[in-house]
Amino acid sequence: MRIEDPKSFLRNYAGPPLRLMEVCGTHTAEISRCGLPSLLPQSIQLISGPGCPVCVTVSAYIDRLIALAHTPDTTVLTFGDLMRVPGPAGSLAGAKAAGGRVEMVYSPLDALQLAQENPRHTYIFAAVGFETTAPVYARLLDRAAQEGLQNLKLLTALKTMPAAIRWLCQNGPGPNGFLAPGHVAVITGARVFRQLAGELGVPFVIAGFTPKGLLSAVAALAALAGQPACENCYPAAVTEEGNPAAQQAVSRWFMPCDSAWRGMGVIPASGLCLRPEHAVFNAGGAQLTEDAALNSACRCAEVLTGRLSPAQCPLFGKACMPLSPQGACMVSTEGSCYHHYINHRNEVPTL
Amino acid sequence: MKITLAHGSGGVESAELVRCITRHFSNPILEKMEDAALLDGADQLAFTTDSFVVTPLFFRGGDIGRLCVCGTVNDLAVTGAVPKYLTCGFIIETGADTEALEKIAQSMADTAREAGVLLVAGDTKVIEGSGGVLINTAGVGFVPKGHALYAAGCRPGDAILVSGTLGDHHAAILSHRLSIENQIESDCAPLGSMTAALFAAGVRVRTMRDATRGGLATVCGELAKSCGHSFVLEETAIPVSPAVQSFAGLLGLDVLTMGNEGKLVAVVAAEDAQRALQIIRNSPYGENAAVIGHVEPAGREPQVLLRTSIGGLRVVPPLSGEGLPRIC
Amino acid sequence: MCVALPGRVVSVDGTLATVDFQGNTVRAEAGLVKTKPGDYVLVHAGCILQVLSQEDGDFMTELFAELEELS
Repeated sequence: MRIEDPKSFLRNYAGPPLRLMEVCGTHTAEISRCGLPSLLPQSIQLISGPGCPVCVTVSAYIDRLIALAHTPDTTVLTFGDLMRVPGPAGSLAGAKAAGGRVEMVYSPLDALQLAQENPRHTYIFAAVGFETTAPVYARLLDRAAQEGLQNLKLLTALKTMPAAIRWLCQNGPGPNGFLAPGHVAVITGARVFRQLAGELGVPFVIAGFTPKGLLSAVAALAALAGQPACENCYPAAVTEEGNPAAQQAVSRWFMPCDSAWRGMGVIPASGLCLRPEHAVFNAGGAQLTEDAALNSACRCAEVLTGRLSPAQCPLFGKACMPLSPQGACMVSTEGSCYHHYINHRNEVPTL
Repeated sequence: MKITLAHGSGGVESAELVRCITRHFSNPILEKMEDAALLDGADQLAFTTDSFVVTPLFFRGGDIGRLCVCGTVNDLAVTGAVPKYLTCGFIIETGADTEALEKIAQSMADTAREAGVLLVAGDTKVIEGSGGVLINTAGVGFVPKGHALYAAGCRPGDAILVSGTLGDHHAAILSHRLSIENQIESDCAPLGSMTAALFAAGVRVRTMRDATRGGLATVCGELAKSCGHSFVLEETAIPVSPAVQSFAGLLGLDVLTMGNEGKLVAVVAAEDAQRALQIIRNSPYGENAAVIGHVEPAGREPQVLLRTSIGGLRVVPPLSGEGLPRIC
Repeated sequence: MCVALPGRVVSVDGTLATVDFQGNTVRAEAGLVKTKPGDYVLVHAGCILQVLSQEDGDFMTELFAELEELS
């Protein structure tokens, strides 16, 4: 159903109170950026889920990256998002300042040139991400294998959405509906979320990323009024089947594994790790499950699962701020605490 | 010729280095070669300094020479001063090229001429390094009676104007370092004639800033704090070129916090807004100017708010966290 | 981290494509899609994830109008 005027539909919404969760971190950032919460009635609340890869990464993974950065003849390659995340042994940014070798890249494929140019040096890519990014790592490995590179490895912390969404609905009060991650759905296809809607009995709307797209998607989700259906509000990019070539590339290199999520523990079959036959590219990652909170009062875990609003954490805005983050949710530019703090999300500004 | 430590010794080579720069700046005050420039004064002086560490030294739309003149001239102009005199201090790394230095000096001279200022004193130091050039400039401007501007002067109802598209300098510098190809040029430009035109027409200017590092968001945040009122910006009115908008999207940057080197932010009395807009549009570098918002009485605390493209309202935070690479 | 932007393919060379984003061109990995110059594609972390369907013409017009509007 396409709602002609989503803004007035939402303004005049008179149904039961709704807690709607966007599980994608990029949605979290875009929702803040376009001021969407200010257009919602009090009865509709948007909460951020565990869809920021940086936020759900456990501390043991950060510690391992730091150790690798200080290993002779080794460089850690990472997206910028991960640089400032603190673990018990500090952050990658700290490791770099202390002489560790850490380089920021914009694309995993940038690793190819580095590995070719310095064959005696080992490059470890911090392979975090969801279904969206997994095929990019697969293409990196396709090309690394073609070129016979031996000095490029992945430390994997790849996650997949369906198991985490199930966990949310089965552990505590699940949301009344999900804004499904549009760019995950580009790869997996809408059918994955259609199955989840039926299985979990909640509505899903696959959302794009423009302000109007997000507005329409939230309106469509409210209009579904709890029906366990899945609507695709991002049809230009998302098909029922997704991208089969990308799915095949991923299963060529990776297989499902149990994965540790910050605050949620180890969830069966919620991650991807390299297949045993590709051990030459594997720097590990699957066994890293320990998750030590930096500050024992940090409530990131409950914030990530939507059980606590960031402002209800005792550290929020006091010990924990963007320049002195105590947990990953305040570090990441897609984290729910960061957005709550920076944009006063849900505390709608008035004139 | 490559710069060596001998060029920093204070001897013959140093004199050569100084000559290679100063010959581009010739004016009666400098030619006296005294230890300090002797200048006529004014009732009230504006006095400022800024250092420039940009890499690369030459970029699309400008170079460190043009930048180091514009940066200081603009800081003077936005306080209500008429920029008059500049000094420059070069920190030159060994391995720098005298040809590049001459090009930089020539660019400084051209920009100073355009901005109507004289370079009246300078210094060079050489340090070990790998060919870098860092420049400090300081500047003096004369403030005509009644022209001095203070951020505290903004009042509810005032209009907020910006003199053109945002983010161009930032994008131009970053493009040089990444594998993104585009034609984006730095906006690096002196704004003195624009500010002078506003005063000459009797526009009631409350305050002005040049939106450099930290961008429009940071400037508006500082002004809001100083005057105790909130700044409300209209996203759809803020000029941004499509190329810069897309560039920002590709890198996850926010245009509102991207740096500029030739963008005036002016707060003027509401009734003068349209007149101010025409004056800025008719000034050099002002053709894309726009009225982008207004000043509101603050709620609990003064803040910067953005009315977004879909009509939402959100808080605009100042730039925080990650330090930027060397863009100015 | 799941940021992906729509751009237009300028040229394709094997499994590499040059993609234009309103005047910014980047090289993108094109091994996961079948694409040709003129296609609109979605690029994530240097890799084309999908060729955008232009069947939903209204949607495409809207998407690009909205991107323009933001600029």
